[in-house]
Amino acid sequence: MAQLVVAVSKAEIAIGAKVSRTVRVRRMLRSSRPYLMLLGVVVFFASWYLFVDVFKVWRFKELPGLVPSIKEWVNPNPVYGVSLFTAEYYGHIWASVYRVMSAFILATVLGISVGILMGWSRIFYGLTFPILEILRPIPILAWIPLAILLLPGRELPIIGLTFLAAFFVTILNTLLGVKSIDEVFFRAARSLGFSEKAILFHVVVPGAMPYIFVGLQIAMGACWFSLVASEIVSGQAGLGYKVWETYYYVQFETMVIVMSTLGLLGYLSSALVRMLGNRLMRWRARILAGA
Amino acid sequence: MMAHSSAQGGALSIRHAGKVYNPDGENTVALEDVSFETKAGEFCVVVGPSGCGKTTLLNTIAGFDQLTSGEIYLDGELLTSPGKSLHPGADRMVVFQQGALFPWKTVLWNVTCGPIQQGKIDRSGAEKQARELLSRVGLKGIEDQYPGNLSGGMKRRAEIVRALMNDPRVLLLDEPFRALDALTKSVVQEYLLELYDLTPKTIFFITHDVEEAVFLADKIVVMTTRPGKVLKIVNVDIERPRNYRILTSERFLKVENEVRAAIHDEARKAFEAGERELA
Repeated sequence: MAQLVVAVSKAEIAIGAKVSRTVRVRRMLRSSRPYLMLLGVVVFFASWYLFVDVFKVWRFKELPGLVPSIKEWVNPNPVYGVSLFTAEYYGHIWASVYRVMSAFILATVLGISVGILMGWSRIFYGLTFPILEILRPIPILAWIPLAILLLPGRELPIIGLTFLAAFFVTILNTLLGVKSIDEVFFRAARSLGFSEKAILFHVVVPGAMPYIFVGLQIAMGACWFSLVASEIVSGQAGLGYKVWETYYYVQFETMVIVMSTLGLLGYLSSALVRMLGNRLMRWRARILAGA
Repeated sequence: MMAHSSAQGGALSIRHAGKVYNPDGENTVALEDVSFETKAGEFCVVVGPSGCGKTTLLNTIAGFDQLTSGEIYLDGELLTSPGKSLHPGADRMVVFQQGALFPWKTVLWNVTCGPIQQGKIDRSGAEKQARELLSRVGLKGIEDQYPGNLSGGMKRRAEIVRALMNDPRVLLLDEPFRALDALTKSVVQEYLLELYDLTPKTIFFITHDVEEAVFLADKIVVMTTRPGKVLKIVNVDIERPRNYRILTSERFLKVENEVRAAIHDEARKAFEAGERELA
């Protein structure tokens, strides 16, 4: 029996062992996925090139071509003043990134706090839930006039609107996260003699974390969306502002550059949030792997 | 085994305990006039068909629920009576049916958190003790793993260790091995007995598995189907330490048959009541 027990335990520990990174990469290269992804990207750009640059099909001839756009992007002396080599390009990027970052961080801190309070306190939940449910569905574009009326200057309304979009999403997901925690963990914590503060930090916050990070991913997307919307209306700089300006002045190649930059930054920021989430929730690695 | 002195006592006295649920005007009697005593250090197993109020009884002892009549005492101290219950606490540790290791904390954190949160011991002392206990139940080397990486049997063992680290007066186990396969179950049962033999604590163990009950218990309380009443109390007079070999001994089978005969009619009643409810 004793030998059997040892055997069982060893097998059990082996199950818990992690798969190394190199093995994972090798496994991925053997699957069809990376090649399909590459093919998808190639087809996309090839169609763009063929439809616009080569055959100038119907309405597509109005659009900026693939080759001129890329040429403009890497041109040290760009025709319309915006390329990888100009200060103006990075000025717009920085203006937008700064706004998104400050709005996102503010929304994360306040949204998680409010969401946890709502999940934690029945009184606070009762007081705030109806208001949240009425304010939340108001489209961010409808907030623009109010934001301009309420917040001074041109910068604060943009940050405020960007914040608002992320704020509601973060609150709601945090609240769902707290509600999702199984009652048994609270009972266990009380049996184990946890103080209320210990329950908050060791049960509520980590227990809600998976939902919080789903919320933060969505919030990041919402930030970029409302950023561009509010920059178009009220901005003097920033990528959203620049998209509209280039359209206005018929600088379509630059428009494509700015749009692509928005895409890349959006992807990058989401990836950062995801990476942070994976880091903070290593305990979920195996659950997510479907084991 | 435990570095600090073991808390004395653990005598449970359940006196005319009753529980009526009344969520929407319709009374459901979960417990009716349940009375029995458990000596300090006794391994008491409550057996009964599903829905006989076993878990309700355990929850009232733990402090998660209240009785609607009767009282429960622990070492002469009133735990619960109608409208009154002592807060859940580390003197009555619960091992839950569905498992309650915090999945976001490592095994070591989980196992040491009780005494540390209560301020009974510092981290290094608790960790030393935890490592020792974990290795006793065959869990050496998994201290830094997250519960999600462990098998069901390992989780149950870790959770029992977590409970024992608090040096409770009574250990409450609510069908802890229900979800385990037969082989794992017998291994974990033996580990539990080994821990029990090292520091005999009062154990209040709920199950509907008759073989498990006889294998573990000093005393078996057989309960009727709803409303839950005490049908029979069977003393299991089999010496310790026990191992799986006794499962086929004559004495074991005799006690098992006695319990099974008592519970069988109840299980049938519960089954038929369930069919009526569905019909």
